[in-house]
Amino acid sequence: MTVVYEDHEGQSTGDVPVRRIKFTINGQKMIAEVEPRLLLAHLIRRGLGLTGTHMGCDTTNCGACTVLVDGRPVKSCTMLAVQVDGREISTVEGLATASELHPLQEGFKEEHGLQCGFCTPGMMMAAKALLDANPDPTEEDVRWALSGNLCRCTGYQNIVKSVLWAAAKLRAESGS
Amino acid sequence: MFPSRFRYEAPRSLAEAIGLLHDGGDDAKVLAGGQSLVPLMKLRFASPELVVDINNVPGLDYHRTDPDGTLRIGALCRHADLEHSDLLKTTQPTMAAAAPLIADPIVRNRGTLVGSLCHADPQGDWASVVLALGGSVMARSPRGMRAIPMADFVTGPFQNVLDLDEIAVEAVIPAARGTRAGGYLKLERRVGDFATVGVAVALELSGETVTRAGIGLTGVGGSTIAATAAAEALTGGLLTADRIGQAADLAAEAARPRTDHRGSAVYKRHMVRTFVVRLLSRTEAMAERAA
Repeated sequence: MTVVYEDHEGQSTGDVPVRRIKFTINGQKMIAEVEPRLLLAHLIRRGLGLTGTHMGCDTTNCGACTVLVDGRPVKSCTMLAVQVDGREISTVEGLATASELHPLQEGFKEEHGLQCGFCTPGMMMAAKALLDANPDPTEEDVRWALSGNLCRCTGYQNIVKSVLWAAAKLRAESGS
Repeated sequence: MFPSRFRYEAPRSLAEAIGLLHDGGDDAKVLAGGQSLVPLMKLRFASPELVVDINNVPGLDYHRTDPDGTLRIGALCRHADLEHSDLLKTTQPTMAAAAPLIADPIVRNRGTLVGSLCHADPQGDWASVVLALGGSVMARSPRGMRAIPMADFVTGPFQNVLDLDEIAVEAVIPAARGTRAGGYLKLERRVGDFATVGVAVALELSGETVTRAGIGLTGVGGSTIAATAAAEALTGGLLTADRIGQAADLAAEAARPRTDHRGSAVYKRHMVRTFVVRLLSRTEAMAERAA
């Protein structure tokens, strides 16, 4: 992996602090060399080329950059890449298999849970964490769990329906 | 956006972390949840040369009570841990009410209560809650451990009394002598926004008599405010409509709101009064049912 650092006048290459970290992303084990100030979102998008994780506001408001770190949703623009050393990351790219969409992705398709689609990856990752913890959420539970993710298009109605659709499908699949 | 360049250390013990801060002096910052510090660093409002990440220090993610009922919240206890805590739901009504109102659900997975106290944002919810409960911050430095009452901890907007080589390791809420009652109400434009106005009420009751009262105000001054006169007006008596009204007036007087895009000073002061009345009326109803 190639990482290019900003050069400041008068500094030698040895002045750039770099740390080597090990982590797992979508099941794949990785080693990366990162400058401590690199944000997790930038490691994912630029370092790993996984551009499904979007950068929206860049100020911890919108939730478009939401990924799971050890199963918990976090805003990846507000975490340093060095902090995922030894941890497991899941991004939207990890949802589908080569042949099959994840029920959440199906749900967003079936219930028209997106318009421009920018917030969708973050919505899905926040929803995934909800459904992992609570397979049978109420509409209120879904709205609460997604309240840190902003959507400017849909008015949220169909996003909530999409997540409830996915929850029902996942429950049917697991036979409960 | 990204922060300016810094040296990063992730110590595995508190002693090591304190040593790093001691050597780092004025240019070092502690990173816990990072939900305020990282945005500030990205905006270049903060440009520490050394970041001491305490997330790998084991044994700081707890919240538990001592046998005498004292509640202790470790420096790495996340807002989400408190939001989902059965301990808080059964023993700490004010904290249990506030936890789900901190920031938004994603931020709550990272941010910490102790970090929020240290950040000393006048619009930070936890500081008012801990003020109302008469809590304190335990801080460790090379000179040992000291307890700093919350009322003395914050010195101004985004300023606290911690020495440069001192780490806040836990927040402490003293045990209640009576039955706890109270709550937290927050006016916000949308989830995740800072409080326009927040009010924390923490009472201890013996039967229907208030034996201890604390009221904390969020977002209506240069720091979170302890409305001590309002709290004193409640102590030692029943929660009558008269006393509730009097306490609400005194709390509104203690507020120092400013007009901004979230609302006028008049409106904010009015909301302080309204929230105090709502919280106390609710408690009064609960006390009556219990009696």
